Amino acid sequence: MNLFRTILILAFAFLAVFGEATLAAPRHLLGAQVDVLPALMVYAALNSGLPTIALLAVLGGVCFDTLSANPLGVSILPLAAIGWPIYWRRDLILHDLPFAQFVLGAVASAAAPLLTLLLLLSGGKDLLIGWGTLWQWIVMTAVGAVATPFIFSLMDACNRALGYQERVEPGFRLDREIQRSRKKL
Amino acid sequence: MLKQKNYLALGAVVLAAIILLSLPSRATARLKLSVGSWFLPLFGLAGAAQQLPADLADSVLSRRELLHQVDSLRRENQQLRSQAVQGVAIARENDQLRALFNWQRQSPWRLKLANVVMRDPANWWRTVQIDLGTRDGLRENLPVITDAGLVGRVSSVSLTRAQVILVGDPNCRVSAIVENASRDMGVLLAGGTLDTSLVELTYLASSANLKPGQGVITSGLGGIFPKGIPIGQVVDSRSVEYGLYTDARVKLNANLGSLEQVWVLFP
Repeated sequence: MNLFRTILILAFAFLAVFGEATLAAPRHLLGAQVDVLPALMVYAALNSGLPTIALLAVLGGVCFDTLSANPLGVSILPLAAIGWPIYWRRDLILHDLPFAQFVLGAVASAAAPLLTLLLLLSGGKDLLIGWGTLWQWIVMTAVGAVATPFIFSLMDACNRALGYQERVEPGFRLDREIQRSRKKL
Repeated sequence: MLKQKNYLALGAVVLAAIILLSLPSRATARLKLSVGSWFLPLFGLAGAAQQLPADLADSVLSRRELLHQVDSLRRENQQLRSQAVQGVAIARENDQLRALFNWQRQSPWRLKLANVVMRDPANWWRTVQIDLGTRDGLRENLPVITDAGLVGRVSSVSLTRAQVILVGDPNCRVSAIVENASRDMGVLLAGGTLDTSLVELTYLASSANLKPGQGVITSGLGGIFPKGIPIGQVVDSRSVEYGLYTDARVKLNANLGSLEQVWVLFP
């Protein structure tokens, strides 16, 4: 497993949560705050191992809930619920195609807030929801879908620029060298 | 083997979530505080980045512009001083009258300025965080205002930060009075999900005589908000529950969508 990729994903999640809490522009322009953690989870599920998915779900969720009025830990399960199915089926997904990334990002960004709301409502929380929530959900889904291919490109570029590349074994092997000698028959 | 690893990792994540969700509120607050401290360097950087354009703009202001600003500030200062003198005289008179009627003397509220450092990243809450904490004397349930009107109340406090629940969040209910002849009283509840400037004033009497433009202020009931803080103005009203009571929409005076600085009221 490439450890640098894990660190990069977690650092990106940390910065993304901070950006969501401090940037008011999406709220002013679109009427909703967007969340890129589900899109990042799609990237992690398709390009990393299980420990990275688990770490992203726990740390990303805890960071999000810390800066929010959410009960601590409520965002962990929705993120994990997105990451695991994608990880299990990742061999069947054409993850290099931007369209596949777009669709997965849309599904993940739509599912995460719904699952979180479900958990909060089942916990008896009094939430600010109404017809406007539907618009916010559509905005979150659309922005998450569009953001996913960009996140893939950005993370891959960062990984190429800053991470170490896996060593490629050369085709030449000493034990396969043809010994040429003049043997007397 | 791979499947077993999958289930182990999934189980660990579910266990972590269940443990965090079942922690007592004090432990959760402490954990939030310690995780929130990871973001302090970023808050510092963001604050410096926000301050930089203002500093640059200040450094390129012309002398004429500065002199003009000093002049207007001096005039405003003189006006405010004369108003303050009048205010002191009125307060003294008020105290004397209260003493005459044996009413309890009102202690003046102290104000502390705070910067809004972040907003709730979730769409289903309406909260902000300010850069004052327990080290500044903050505690839960202190009212928060701007010069325009009521903003909300402090809901949780850490050493350097505090969370403020804004008016319009379902967890911030305010007892309010409409400034009309009958002084109709109601409760401010949640606002619209998209428009932060409108909130619902409910449980008004069915005979309430509401007109658009009438002011709404805090009633002082409930023990959190002092009486007389302006909240907003009535937009419209309607009879609900077959005429049992009246609901009104109130447009808030304070612009909650672009809060930068707020005042915390200390009793």
